[in-house]
Amino acid sequence: MSDFAAAFSSAVSLIVGLDAGLAEIVLLSLRISLSAVFIATLIGLPLGAATAIFRFPGRMGIVVVLNALMGLPPVVVGLIVYLLLSRAGPFGVLGLLFTPTAMIIAQAVLIFPIIAALTRQVVEDLWEEYSEQLQSLGATPARAMPTLLWDARFSLLTSILAGFGRASAEVGAVMIVGGNIDHVTRVMTTAIALEVSKGDLALALGLGMILIALSLGVTGAAFVIREAARG
Amino acid sequence: MDKTILPLHVTDLAFSAGGTNLIDGISFALEAGPRTIVLGPNGAGKSLLLRLCHGLIAPSSGEVTWAGANESRGGSDPARRQAMVFQRPVMLRRSVSANVEYALGLRGVSKNARQAQIDEVLSRTGLQRFARTPARVLSFGEQQKLALARAWALNPQVLFLDEPTASLDPAGTRAVEQIIAAIQSGGTKIIMTTHDLGQARRLGDEILFLHQGKLIEKTEAQSFFERPASNLGQAFLNGDLLW
Amino acid sequence: MVKKRTFQALLIGLVAVMPLASTSVAADKFITIASTTSTANSGLFDAILPVFEEKTGIEPRVIAVGTGQAIRQAKNGDADVLFVHHRASEDAFVSEGFGVKRFDVMYNDFLIAGPKSDPAKVHGLKDVVASMRKIAEGQKPFVSRGDDSGTHKKELGLWKKTGIDVKSQSGTWYRESGSGMGGTLNTAAGMNAYVLADRGTWLSFKNRGDLVVQIEGDPRLFNPYGVILVDPKRHPHVKAELGQMFIDWIISPEGQRLIGEFTIDGKGLFVPNAKG
Repeated sequence: MSDFAAAFSSAVSLIVGLDAGLAEIVLLSLRISLSAVFIATLIGLPLGAATAIFRFPGRMGIVVVLNALMGLPPVVVGLIVYLLLSRAGPFGVLGLLFTPTAMIIAQAVLIFPIIAALTRQVVEDLWEEYSEQLQSLGATPARAMPTLLWDARFSLLTSILAGFGRASAEVGAVMIVGGNIDHVTRVMTTAIALEVSKGDLALALGLGMILIALSLGVTGAAFVIREAARG
Repeated sequence: MDKTILPLHVTDLAFSAGGTNLIDGISFALEAGPRTIVLGPNGAGKSLLLRLCHGLIAPSSGEVTWAGANESRGGSDPARRQAMVFQRPVMLRRSVSANVEYALGLRGVSKNARQAQIDEVLSRTGLQRFARTPARVLSFGEQQKLALARAWALNPQVLFLDEPTASLDPAGTRAVEQIIAAIQSGGTKIIMTTHDLGQARRLGDEILFLHQGKLIEKTEAQSFFERPASNLGQAFLNGDLLW
Repeated sequence: MVKKRTFQALLIGLVAVMPLASTSVAADKFITIASTTSTANSGLFDAILPVFEEKTGIEPRVIAVGTGQAIRQAKNGDADVLFVHHRASEDAFVSEGFGVKRFDVMYNDFLIAGPKSDPAKVHGLKDVVASMRKIAEGQKPFVSRGDDSGTHKKELGLWKKTGIDVKSQSGTWYRESGSGMGGTLNTAAGMNAYVLADRGTWLSFKNRGDLVVQIEGDPRLFNPYGVILVDPKRHPHVKAELGQMFIDWIISPEGQRLIGEFTIDGKGLFVPNAKG
């Protein structure tokens, strides 16, 4: 129990003291996860919508694979991206390993199945409801895609948030491809892992509390946006 | 001026699914002018016939031919000069006027021209005061009026209606029927299904009587109601034909 | 539509803010050093590397992983300099053509920590091999790194001298955590078990629980460190010049002095031993 009390007070002193190191880590964490969500959404939203609307050979296979990929273990994704970006690997020339870019790539790979699969489900349900009317009005399936995405915006926002949650909470992938380098690729989760490995559990827990608060903040902000737009 | 797409010629139209003939060798021609009511008991294929004519579903065999159109597949042209209103209105998650604007946008109406057309159909359907309201907030009857307004804005030569008042109360039904009459007086051909005999009597100029996927009778409305040519027709009017 | 514009504005705002959240100015001059968690966790790098950066303007970026992984990364060319503590692996690294030359840098030592109650009765014994044999024969809990690290290889080397096959006992009294030194110490503290640890991690470790030092001082517990430049003939992109500057510095009198002056809670940790 004393660990929790110590954790709480260390968290508070870090925040109140506007610890510069903490700010750096927090901003980097946000930048990486938000960038990853942005990229994953850019790819996942149209992919999910297209899979929902168009019928093509192999479609069921893609649906099953997308759903299955939602459960990708982050550390496995990290390992695969590491092997691809390593100097010994196919994309080594880019020199991306141990940079924030590599971390963004790994997280984007991790969460785009979530966004694609959830988008597919939402858009498919909506398409069932809308397809006759939209066809009657003269919309081709391709033309209907942006319409469905916009109409589903609230549900899609939730799936994007789910993606953000997964990205900001994971540690395995970013640890492997980022290397947890101080001032360069150290984020909240890897910093917590480091403090645990140093045995400084109170500090680790304190950082964890801050991470949870951050997550609450982003989710809360999205909720406020959603309610404002709805009204 | 658009070339007219009427008369509509339906030749040996058939549709089967799961081994059953749901539409079985139907042929008829529809001219501009009279309000055509498609009548029949449940499962006769009325809704299916409308969807086949409108181009939402492809037939298993046979042809749907519109005059004056020059697309492939024997002159089919689903969206350009036709519109359809369904039994349950489908509204997008946006305002009332945005829903109408969406349809105009699909048609390629220029942004400047849209507002005038939106205002016109909204006022003619009594929805002007709801212009900025989210469409989904409207009552069922008002949404159906909006569906009509949206179809009207497209200036269709043919308006298909599939049981448009089946889920409405008498006041709503009357309001919808008035709008349909107004649309028709603008030159639009009305093709409507209903299972409500009273409505058919009120609105119909000519009757297409369907039973189990076959066209039993195509007659002028008055003669159908006074003296149907078929036994099935008579049974239906008596209320004896349940399916 | 107003709502659509609100969404768009927020999106643009978010994207605009992101570059501002970048980390410190990107150093064009940096080198990647593959080292081990035990070295990094001791705090040595935090203490002495800033001096190197100040002096040369080169940012040393340390990737701290297990020895096996560090060597792997260096072989792949993902690092410029290798800085680990397992002589056999380091010599192989050079002889196989991955590294240019190995230099001695420093050494520290390992110790065996265990529960204060000392169930195996090994406290203060000078012979580490005999002590480990006692632990094994008494089947007292012992947590191993189990991760192919320098520490792990050291531990296995010592077990070999006892003649006991610990692998076959894995899962009983002998437990392989497969984690870094810190994680392994956490596990040992939680289980009240014996554990082989490097002094650096031990001194700065804050979650000792009931563990205290039981065995230390046996020369076989010595832990020598070596630094090697990854061969640019093998990986042309390696920053050979900058990397060599780091090596030159760490074996220079200044680097060696800084290593010797590094303490944790007033206790010296590394003994500099670069030759010449």
